Amino acid sequence: MSAGGPTSPGGARVEVVGLSAGYGRTPVLDSVRLTVEPGGWLAVIGPNGSGKSTLLRSVLGFHPHEGQVRVDGVPTSGMRRRERARSMAYAPQAPVLPDGVLTRDYVTLGRTPHRALLAAPRAVDREVVADVMDRLELGALAERRLSTLSGGEQQRAVLARALAQQPRVLFLDEPTAALDLGHAQQVLDLVDLLRRQDGLTVVSTLHDLTLAGQYADRLALLSDGRVVAEGTPADVLTAQALSTHYGARAQVVHGPSGPAVLPVRSAVP
Amino acid sequence: MTTTAPGTAGPATAPATRRRSWPALTGAALALVLALLAGVWVGALPLPPGAVVVTLLDRLVAPFGGSVPGGLEGTRAAVLLELRLPRVLLASLVGAGLAVSGAAYQGVFRNPLADPYLLGAAAGAGLGATVVIAWSPVQSVGPIGIVPLAAFVGALVGVGCAIALGTVAGGSHTPTLLLAGVAVAAFLAAGQTLVQQANTDDLRQIYGWLLGQLGNSQWSDVVLVLPYLVVSGTVLLLCGRALDVLAVGDDEASSLGVHPGRLRLVVILAASLATAAAVAVSGLIGFVGLVVPHIVRRLVGGSHARVLPMSLLVGGAFLVLADLVARVVLSPAELPIGVVTAFIGAPFFAGLLWAGARRR
Repeated sequence: MSAGGPTSPGGARVEVVGLSAGYGRTPVLDSVRLTVEPGGWLAVIGPNGSGKSTLLRSVLGFHPHEGQVRVDGVPTSGMRRRERARSMAYAPQAPVLPDGVLTRDYVTLGRTPHRALLAAPRAVDREVVADVMDRLELGALAERRLSTLSGGEQQRAVLARALAQQPRVLFLDEPTAALDLGHAQQVLDLVDLLRRQDGLTVVSTLHDLTLAGQYADRLALLSDGRVVAEGTPADVLTAQALSTHYGARAQVVHGPSGPAVLPVRSAVP
Repeated sequence: MTTTAPGTAGPATAPATRRRSWPALTGAALALVLALLAGVWVGALPLPPGAVVVTLLDRLVAPFGGSVPGGLEGTRAAVLLELRLPRVLLASLVGAGLAVSGAAYQGVFRNPLADPYLLGAAAGAGLGATVVIAWSPVQSVGPIGIVPLAAFVGALVGVGCAIALGTVAGGSHTPTLLLAGVAVAAFLAAGQTLVQQANTDDLRQIYGWLLGQLGNSQWSDVVLVLPYLVVSGTVLLLCGRALDVLAVGDDEASSLGVHPGRLRLVVILAASLATAAAVAVSGLIGFVGLVVPHIVRRLVGGSHARVLPMSLLVGGAFLVLADLVARVVLSPAELPIGVVTAFIGAPFFAGLLWAGARRR
């Protein structure tokens, strides 16, 4: 569990400049500008349909877009796909877990950008995979089929697959969407630990505002495809902002580990 | 099937042996060799096994100036070398090609119901063969029969139309490509029926072709398909690991450095070429491409790096044995091999499903 082990190349600075994207003729994102410092955790929040997932998918280059994404100052548009895959890893909201595949084989897929596509995993690949699986406490599940794991274990396996890429930036699309509160906290604690140990940069979407406020060090509030607020959780999560952009009545409670959002029911008539 | 034991243990007790593919591959290769030998031994004129092996060895060393005495003579040698050997080899090539293509199609479409005929290869080949059976004034172009040629071209045209339509309509979106395949296949099948009904004199020959047959196999057929199958098979086997990456979805495959669209196109083209070549020489033999990959998955798990080579070997053995049954059951008459593949394959597959359900 040492910091700076074989799985930690250190985090990178991510800059997004003037990013616009859409589906067909419908614009979804409008000149989004974001910066994430090395080792930082930016959570993108926003109401349903505000473009959170599209933002993540565009930054990663899966979705056609205008504007520029830079990793440590290098535009990703000029990178080859494998090169990009060595610096940016992605865990989607609803990962496809192929049938009949063993957990270790799945995690080993994370080594794809580091070896020739046709070649078998090498010793160094197996080493990194074993190390990542140890850190995420997946060792005992290595020979199990993915489909037989619990939801929390599957999410850890997806995380392990992403970490086996030895990325410098980890992109997580709603990492807690399928998890109950306890498992959600476990996964986010784990991400936070990895970030602190390895200096990994984390960019995630999170629809749970309290979890976003507690774990991320920066929040970006997306509304109608624009970043309408960016800053520390305490700056961004205000009752006013929640009312304006979510149409929600909520109280923001400030605790020692960050703000928590408490929904408030309107007065019963 | 002696290789069922290691691969079929339940998930919780899945042993480390599952990760080793060599025992399974060796077993499958052995099964293929045995099937090939059985295929040349058994038939209307039984050939003595020992003499068959000696004759084959003799022919193998002949180019190097060697000779092995004690082989078959006269008619028996001719039956072995001119009738049975090309037929058995052709059956193994066709079976291997269809099975590996089926596994590849199931991989790129992430769909267990995909088979090599999905994108219009069968319908296109059927239309091509029917048109020339009905109307062609010539029987062959150079050394190549006109029916195989038309079937080959028809299959490629069918798949080509499906890919073109799917790409125009949906980019690299696989459901769109599947639907394009369905549309193209339906259109070509309708065209085939039209031509067939307008030429009822040729019905028997057309049906014979549609049901699949290996009865007229010649060395020229083997030579015809071999290059295509070697090229396609090599490409597909090399794509095994990439298909494993594609299995996690397009976005994640991209995030792992793979081009999903490009990979899919390469795999579909290679699988279609193999399918077109197989269909050209044997007609439409069903079930092999669909079921063999599923059987193989139950033996070695879901990784394409293992499923593709295993499908190649098991598919070859399966079709050789199916052809053997087709020759023997109604001897001296022959069953269409497509009937046999379904007749053996369906219950066998049902048994596997049942066994799998009981394990869970």
